Amino acid sequence: MTTVAEIFSTMAYGPAPEGDAEARAWLAAHGAAFGHFVNGRFTAAGAASFETREPATGRVLARSAQGSAADVAAAVAAAGAALPAWQALSGHERARHLYALARMVQRHSRLFAVVEALDNGKSIRETRDLDVPLVARHFTHHAGWAQLLEAEFPGHEAVGVVGQVIPWNFPLLMLAWKVAPALAAGCTVVLKPAEYTSLTALLFAELAHAAGLPAGVLNIVTGDGRTGAALVEHPGVAKVAVTGSTEVGRVIRTAIAGSGKALTLELGGKSPFLVFEDADLDGAVEGVVDAIWFNQGQVCCAGSRLLVQESVHDAFVAKLRARMETLRVGGPLDKAVDMGAIVDPVQRDRIAGLVAQGEAQGATRWQP
Amino acid sequence: MRPSAGTGTAARVAPADAGGTALVHVPAPLVRNPGEPLDLAAVRAIRVNRSAAERRAATLPARRTVKKQWQAAWLLKAVTLMDLTTLQGDDTPANVRRLCAKARQPVRPDLLEAMGASALPIRAGAVCVYHPFVAAAVDALRGSGIPVAAVSTAFPSGLAPMATRLAEVRASVADGAAEIDMVITRGLVLRGEWQALYDEVAAVRATCGEAHLKVILGTGELATLTNIARASWVAMQAGADFIKTSTGKESVNATLPVSLAMVRMIRAYRERSGVLVGYKPAGGIRTAKQALDYLALMKEELGDRWLAPDLFRFGASALLTDVERQLEHFVTGRYAAAHRMPMP
Repeated sequence: MTTVAEIFSTMAYGPAPEGDAEARAWLAAHGAAFGHFVNGRFTAAGAASFETREPATGRVLARSAQGSAADVAAAVAAAGAALPAWQALSGHERARHLYALARMVQRHSRLFAVVEALDNGKSIRETRDLDVPLVARHFTHHAGWAQLLEAEFPGHEAVGVVGQVIPWNFPLLMLAWKVAPALAAGCTVVLKPAEYTSLTALLFAELAHAAGLPAGVLNIVTGDGRTGAALVEHPGVAKVAVTGSTEVGRVIRTAIAGSGKALTLELGGKSPFLVFEDADLDGAVEGVVDAIWFNQGQVCCAGSRLLVQESVHDAFVAKLRARMETLRVGGPLDKAVDMGAIVDPVQRDRIAGLVAQGEAQGATRWQP
Repeated sequence: MRPSAGTGTAARVAPADAGGTALVHVPAPLVRNPGEPLDLAAVRAIRVNRSAAERRAATLPARRTVKKQWQAAWLLKAVTLMDLTTLQGDDTPANVRRLCAKARQPVRPDLLEAMGASALPIRAGAVCVYHPFVAAAVDALRGSGIPVAAVSTAFPSGLAPMATRLAEVRASVADGAAEIDMVITRGLVLRGEWQALYDEVAAVRATCGEAHLKVILGTGELATLTNIARASWVAMQAGADFIKTSTGKESVNATLPVSLAMVRMIRAYRERSGVLVGYKPAGGIRTAKQALDYLALMKEELGDRWLAPDLFRFGASALLTDVERQLEHFVTGRYAAAHRMPMP
């Protein structure tokens, strides 16, 4: 054991682990195998399934179901059946449900934060301080909109069953961005989380049902791109909402063209970060840190291009290199790390490939 | 990237004294800041983005934390970095002597023994008093190696005639003060009279002789972080050994955003001149958690070399009480009430 006297000399940080017992107990209670969440309950965990791994260790967390076209059809049917009653509620009545969901997230915030960190690999600091509090705030915010609906949107009505496909970089937060406005408007939802990160969506649906959300209003179907395609193309879906890559967005746009379905796409980009010579350079360096290393850089609007005025280029790069020396990389459940794990080895290899490509094209790699 | 922030500062490892098995890093001796000519262009080029500083200051305590024996060790380190301070109108030689006794033995021996830290050199960084008590403090601390710091330039306003202030510094040094905590004329900063500020600090530095000079900026009265950063820079060019936030008498004293602005100037000064200048936040630091946040700030922004009493001090009168409570909790698993602690 490292002694107090040794640490007094080294002044090292040491481990600061968040406990994961509650999260592991939740997984164990489900036998570490999940079906879909349809019509207010889990379906049986069937043979068609895939492993959900903990990216920090590579260990299997659970098995999740690979949704078939029939699974999607059952979920869309449940959402369609729940639609008339949900739509018939007044905005104030739906707001009551949304406020209940916000409180539910706050009540279970630690469990959500730990499951998210385990499943995604992002740091517990970010799930605890950013993802989960923002989820609660989005439900609160849209509860307000539900109350204002009749006054602010006279003559509008809910579009119907919404099919939603979300990415793995902010799994629970993306769910909130998609689900909260849809429920506020009076729509019912079938949501497909990314196959790397299904667990918090399943946990959310389970706890939402326990918090009184009527059966069928929120349904979760897990699986890979094939499941997503089945959901997007299902004729019972009135609107499609997707966050993902530009490539996937193009495929979906093509797939539903002419179907009459409404569509919302939120896709990727390459965002520039600009530094001018009259900036507080130390402050700007922290801006770069937040822009490109937040969430291991897995952000659609990450500041992945750095444009610096020539007169301060050398000074700025020197400061940035010095700052990179102090970034801490480690296990996601350690409260004092800046970067956790990349979501999946596939992504890690993709990053390594892009770095190699950059070097082949003449870039110089520098790492602390 | 490495998993932790090790910085290759100049340090050698020496065995602790008196049969201790602990190794203690003994930093390479400091070269005193000789100062340099005032560079007005450099002063005017300094700017601090308040929003960026506030964001960094708000997120840093959430990004870094130490637990269990790491926390205990960091708190013991914090004890050795404290300038135990009494700056009250009702100070007497007796309560100064009491403070000095506490400085020699700031943590109960039974707690140190339980932590396996008996061999560590746990004593306060300094004792900080008004001029009239320097002699009593020097007497009480004789043989301990603990320096006496005196707030000797018409503290806390600093608005006495220059001759009076310099005479007070001379008197304190003559009484045995090893450190002088001067206050600057805040109006010079607000009016942008950088040359006059430089001359004021340089005059006190010259009068200090061998005594080390800490320059108190009175940051709560300087209005902007840019002013604070510029004043820090001028003080260092004029020969400050330490720059210090506050007197403890302003309505706002040490804060993390202010500290960020000041330590980044220390970093810039080192990059330019190669000289290491110390930092002392003072006023309003009352909890162990705050102390840990400041240590993390120094470690992140300046490196491990600044976690030693020759480059970092807390100016604090009540902090030790909470640190002792946390250390006792580490040892016993129970919290004592503050009034059970021997300080203040």
